[in-house]
This record gives sequence, C-alpha cells and structure tokens, in this order.
Amino acid sequence: MESIIERINQHKFWQFHGGIHPPEQKSLTSDKPIKQLPLPKQLILPLQQHIGRQGDLLVKVGDKVLKGQPLTQSTNTMAVPIHAPTSGVISAIKKSVIAHPSGLSELCIFIDVDFEDTWKPRKICQNFTQLSHQEIIKKIADSGIAGMGGAGFPTHIKVNIKLDINFLIINAAECEPYITADDLLMCEQSEAIVDGIKILDQLLNPAFILIGIEDNKPRAIKALQHATKDIEKIKVCMLPTKYPTGGEKQLIKILTGKEVKSGALPIHSGIIVQNVATCFAISDAVINDIPLIRRVVTLTGRALNKPQNVWALLGTPVSYLLKQTGFSSEIETQISTPLVSNPSIASPPPVIMGGPLMGFSILNELVPIIKTSNCILAPNKTEMPSAFDGNSKEVECIRCGQCADVCPSQLLPQELQWSAKAKDHQQLTKLNLFDCIDCGACAYVCPSQIPLVEYYRIAKAEIRQQQQLDIKSEKAKERFEARKFRLEKEKIVREEKHKKAAAARKAAMSKKSADGSTASSAVAAALARVKAKKKINAKNTNEEIKNGNNLQVASNEESDEKSEVKAAIARAKAKRLAKNNEISEKTATNTEEKKQTNSIDDKKYRIALAVAKAKAKVQKENKEPLPASSDENTAIATTETDDKKARIAAAVAKAKAKAKAKKEQEMQEDLLTVSSNKENLPLKSSNEESE
Amino acid sequence: MNLLIAILVLGLISAFFGAILGYASIRFHVESDPIVEQIDALLPQTQCGQCGYPGCKPYAEAITNGEVINKCAPGGEDTIKKIADLLGVDVEPLDENHELDKKPTVAFIIEEDCIGCTKCIQACPVDAILGAAKQMHTIIIDECTGCDLCVAPCPVDCIEMRPIPETIQNWQWDLNKIAVKQLD
Repeated sequence: MESIIERINQHKFWQFHGGIHPPEQKSLTSDKPIKQLPLPKQLILPLQQHIGRQGDLLVKVGDKVLKGQPLTQSTNTMAVPIHAPTSGVISAIKKSVIAHPSGLSELCIFIDVDFEDTWKPRKICQNFTQLSHQEIIKKIADSGIAGMGGAGFPTHIKVNIKLDINFLIINAAECEPYITADDLLMCEQSEAIVDGIKILDQLLNPAFILIGIEDNKPRAIKALQHATKDIEKIKVCMLPTKYPTGGEKQLIKILTGKEVKSGALPIHSGIIVQNVATCFAISDAVINDIPLIRRVVTLTGRALNKPQNVWALLGTPVSYLLKQTGFSSEIETQISTPLVSNPSIASPPPVIMGGPLMGFSILNELVPIIKTSNCILAPNKTEMPSAFDGNSKEVECIRCGQCADVCPSQLLPQELQWSAKAKDHQQLTKLNLFDCIDCGACAYVCPSQIPLVEYYRIAKAEIRQQQQLDIKSEKAKERFEARKFRLEKEKIVREEKHKKAAAARKAAMSKKSADGSTASSAVAAALARVKAKKKINAKNTNEEIKNGNNLQVASNEESDEKSEVKAAIARAKAKRLAKNNEISEKTATNTEEKKQTNSIDDKKYRIALAVAKAKAKVQKENKEPLPASSDENTAIATTETDDKKARIAAAVAKAKAKAKAKKEQEMQEDLLTVSSNKENLPLKSSNEESE
Repeated sequence: MNLLIAILVLGLISAFFGAILGYASIRFHVESDPIVEQIDALLPQTQCGQCGYPGCKPYAEAITNGEVINKCAPGGEDTIKKIADLLGVDVEPLDENHELDKKPTVAFIIEEDCIGCTKCIQACPVDAILGAAKQMHTIIIDECTGCDLCVAPCPVDCIEMRPIPETIQNWQWDLNKIAVKQLD
C-alpha cells in the first residue's frame, strides 16, 4: 500500500488495457457556469430511478406536496425513496415513458408545480462529525441517494460496510466526451464535495482517499486541490485523459494497479468507488437535509444554440430542458412527431440521453430527468451523422482485431460478436461477456461500423432472461414435485382412513350378529322371502289381474328403492286427492274400473293406476273401510275430474311409472301377467306405512 | 524357461494393473447423472401435460423408455434440439399435433366471476392458485407456468390466459432496430 501511495505521490499511475481517445467536445459547455432554470410547469417522477426495487407510494392524486417531501418510502433495503423536487399538487399517478432505451412506460408521479417552491421543514446539521454511523446512513437512505455516475446503485448499501477499506476512490474522471456535469460541479461546489468525502471518510474510515480526475479539467483539479489541501488523507490524482478511465475497474487499475477479478466486487479488494456527484448529494443530504431532488445535467450538442450545464430538478421533461437551451426548431418538429417507441421508424431521433458512447436515444420528448441522467446530447448532422442515418452502415467483420486492442476489459469483441449473433449463450459466458462494461470503445474503432455494443446488450439481456426462466422452471419443478409428494401422502392417508372405517364397520357388524338381532339373519330372511315370491310368481303366471294391488306388488317386487320412494310420493298425492273426492264420488263401481284395466293396454297407464290405487288403499285403511270405492275414486279422478291437483298427481305418477317402465323393459311382460301375491301385500303395505 | 518367465512377468504385470484399475473404478466411482434427470433438466418445466404425460419428469422418463422427443410444445425446437444432442438422435420437427405458441402467458382469474369451486386449484400442477372452497381464487403470477390446465375445469369460464406484460425487467433489445444493410 505504501508503494502505491509513493507512486501516486510521484504522479506515476498504472495503465489499463486498451482505451480510446475520442474527440472530447467538452469545450462546448465546460467554460459556462451551471445555470439555474425557471421551474417547469410539470414534473414527471418515475417511481424507480435506480437499480433495485421501487418504494411504496406515500401520496395520492390530489395531494399537495412540499419541496423535499418523500413521495415513496422504502420497505426494502434495495428500495430508494423519491422526493418532491418542488412544491405542487399531484395531478396523476400513471404509467409514462421513462428514461430507458426500451421506451417503455412505468409508473410515474406527475406533479403540477405551484411555483411557490415551499420547502418542507428542514433540520440543518452543522456538525456532522457528531452524528453516529447509523444516523448518517439513515439520512443517506432517507434522502434517496443512488449512485449518480450511471448505474444508480443505492448508496446507503454501498457505504454500510463493516470491512476494512484501504482505498476510497472518488470517481471524478468523467471520461466520456461532451459531458462536463461533474467538472462544473467540482468547480462550483468543491467545498460541499469535500464535505461529502469527509462524511464518507467518517463512515468507511479508509486508509487513503484518492480522487481520480482526468487532466483535461484543470479548473476542477485546482478547486479540489484547494479544498483538500489541509487533509493529508485525500490525494487528488491527475490522470491522463483516456476513455474509459471512469470505469470502476479501470479507475481502480490506474490508481492502485489492482485488478478486480471477473465477477468480483471492488470491496473484495478493500476498495470502494463513489462518484463525485454522489459525494455532493451526500453532503447536501446529511448537512443541509436536502434529499436528492436535483442534479447537474449537461445539455450539449451542436443542435443546441446555448449548450450549458443546468441544475435540473428530477422529473423535468427533456423537452423543457431542450427548449431552455435553444434546441433548433427544425429538429424539434422531428422529435415531436409520433416517435413513441416505434422501432419501425427508420431514422432514430437525434436526442441522446447519456454520452455519445454509452447513452441511448430517447424516443419521446416527455422522458424525464432521473437520478442517473447526466447528459442530454442533441447532436447535429455533421458531428454525429450516424444518429441521423437510420440505416446502419454495418459491413462484415474483417477481423482486424482493433476491437480487442481497445477493449478495457481485455475481452475478445469479435469472438463475442459472432457468438452473440449465433445466440451461443454458453460460449458468450465462457468469453466473459458479463465483464463487458458497455463502454463502446470496440464499436468506436470498428472499421466495419459494427454496432458491437448493441449486440452485447441484446445478448446480455437474453442471457439474463434465460437465467430468470431457468430459475422459474427450477421453482416450477420443485413445486410440481412437492405437489406430487403431497398428493401421494394424502392418498395414503385416505386409504388408511378407509381401511380403518371398513374394519370398524366389520367389527360393528360381527358384534351385532353376536347379539342375536342380526343384520345378517335379516338379510337371509329377506333373500328367502324373495325366493319364495319368485316361486309363487312362476306358478301363477296365468292368473288374472284382480286389482291394482297386484300391479303394485309386482312393481314393488322388481322395483328398487328408487321406485319405492317415487311410489311413496305418488301415494301421498293420491291420498290427498282421495280425501278431496271422498264424498262426491262414492257411486262408482268396481266393474268400471276393471273394464278400464282390461281395455287399456297401455302399460304405463295401468302402472299409474296401480300406484294411485295403492295409495288409495292405504288411505282407505286409514280412513274408512269402504271397499273399492276409493279405488274407483282415483280412476275417476284421473279420467273425469277437472281437479287440477288430481291431474297433476296423475301426471307425476305417470311420469314416474314411465321412468320405471323404461328402466324395467324386460320385466314388462311379467308386470302385465303377474298375479297377486296375497302373502306379500299386507307385509309390503304395512312396511310402507311404517315408513 | 524363457517363455515361462515372459508369461509370468506379463501375467503379473497385467494382474497388478488390473487390480489397480479395479480398485480405482470402485474408489473413484462417479455417480453419473441419470439420463432422466438430464432430460428433465432440458424440459421447460411448465408441467402442462401437452405431451400426454402428467408432467415434465414423467415425459422425461417416457423418453428414456423410447418415447419420441418432439412432443414438448412449450419447449419448442430448442428443447428438441437439446434433447437430440443429449441422446444422440436426429432432430425431429415438433409433433404436428402440438402447436407451438411462443408467447409466454400466465393465467388470470376474473375475480368477480369466480365462484370458489376449487376445481382450478386441483388442476394446477404447480400449486400456483390460491383459494379455498367458496372463497375467491387468485393466481400467484410468479409461480404460474402458463400451462393452460386450469382453464378447462373452470365451470364459469373465469380463467383466461394473458400474455406476460413487457416491463423493463424482461424487455429485450430489438435487433431489428439496427437496420442491417445488405451489400450487393
């Protein structure tokens, strides 16, 4: 470590592999101060502006919010809250296009600005050294600070580390062309940045603090050197300008000579890297109690009349910022034409969020500034013709190998490109695609103009999705197997239960038979009865049908329980009907009824009659010993009376008989011919009555 | 005599090495992944039963017993290719009885229509439906494999398959955005 510091003191640094020197274009904005903009009319705040998860909403439509008031709260360590950048009224909470290359919509809070800019009550903390570790981390977490260099990792997680830290590296390299936001911030707010560094020092207690800054920012270097001159621990390191010095692993390599292994984090080597803008946000949050509600954004490009750095409130629509800097109207009409995430449009819109190498085209003017947006680039045709020309000029790879020469991660870009085109995910993983930092150096030098980074991004997204799918299918497999196991277990339990129940039944039965009043003997008796009945039936096949009772009996013989139930219903109905007609219909004779039974060969009708008669008989027994009178009562009722009830009863009886007849088609012959069994009749009817 | 010595020496050497090899084969025995597990790992685990088997593992078992490899509709050509590679057989086109639908979907219960009959719960192969008798049911969207099996048993047709909405998390860069110009 001492040797590292010695080298740094001698201004000797290591070198990372590759790198490029694109035209810097920083002079467009680097000499102008950061401009304060008037408030926009509306702010659009995506709930998620960082890596991780979005917080839970704290506000609803129509709420009045004050500047700095939290709009979401974090319920999860990976969630970061967002705050109202100014006072106003929440006009909507809905999906809107966000700053993402996909142009997809996500949930956003719309604030109608009231132009009063009223702060929430703040607690300014003059002496942060008295704050405890946890207090500072809570302040950082509550202020919604996420890494402002680009990735947007929640800062409170990154600084809440118990390990020994050798080096805290402040990333002030700002290596991408055009962007000067950090440069200007360092020039103007060096004291605050150093305060932020001190807070980090207090939290992490590193052995040394290295500020890595490229030598193309002399003013910022001077300002920082001035602000840190009393602090022995902090070393401002002037690095040679080269893209991508600002990459985390590249900066570590330059400053300490250490290489972070593939897949490892800098913390494993005792190093933490923080962006300089994040330091400013930390000091703002801890000292001034200002949550992360604004940031410096470089508005640049030759399509702008007044390119300049501005203090932009988070949620400011890009269109507003462009208007403020004199976006030439010719292009403005282009951008306001329906570009809403329509990939089929040939010419990509000429507004880029982020730098020219790592940024992405934005497809909608309503896209808001978020915590990680550091630059809006509106190039004109001469400086970036590729942004205007829809057709890529990609030609075949000529295997020149320049891409491998410039790759800062020492990958093999052309190999990766072929594997990416072939969708060979295994090979891509083997070639360490995930060590690619998307810096775009390979695409920059490619003589065939192959958009290599695009291919890598696609491949990365595909592999990530495949991994998600793999996890999901693994989970599905587990659940499927768990379910199978559960069902089998349930089945076994059920079977056991059935076995037990069966055993219990058996035991109960044997007990009963032992008692004497036996179930089994009853069954035997019934069987004997049935047999006897059959015998008699066989003998009396030619006998006449004397009355309906025969039929009733016959049907009873063949019928199962069901028909018995039906008969019972019919019986009940007939009974009622008989009661009604008792007095009026006493004169009818047996003969008539007999004639009917003989003349009508409709089986069903006869069955119905029989049923009705049986009922009548039962009723007769109950009421008065009038032989045959009630019998013909029913017959007449079915044929003559208009009594609705009677007809319905008959219909029901008929329907039932029909069903029965259908079911017992083979027995019909027997039904017609079978004669009465006088032995059984009283038994049956008495049984029925007892029922 | 010389001949005998030669035979003896060679015999001893071969016995010695044979013993070493025999010991090594026991001592360093590698429990190889059974082929069923390997096939199962290639299947998409939707447990949809479109192959005619009650799940992915049963189909994997069936394949080892000689079933054709082209019955997995959710896996599609990719899965067939992978299984063919694994088993060293020819790639076959997807069985024509099975239609290929590439769009991933999840089941959705129209909750106001649900009568709480639990029929879909019994049909779900991965226990992704939450509910109880006469209580409204709902789908655990993260667990749903989009297998379709719950749709048919529903007596009130309140389950529908909906495509998974595109979010930033599952968004794919569109290659077509990079218009590739063909040279003459």
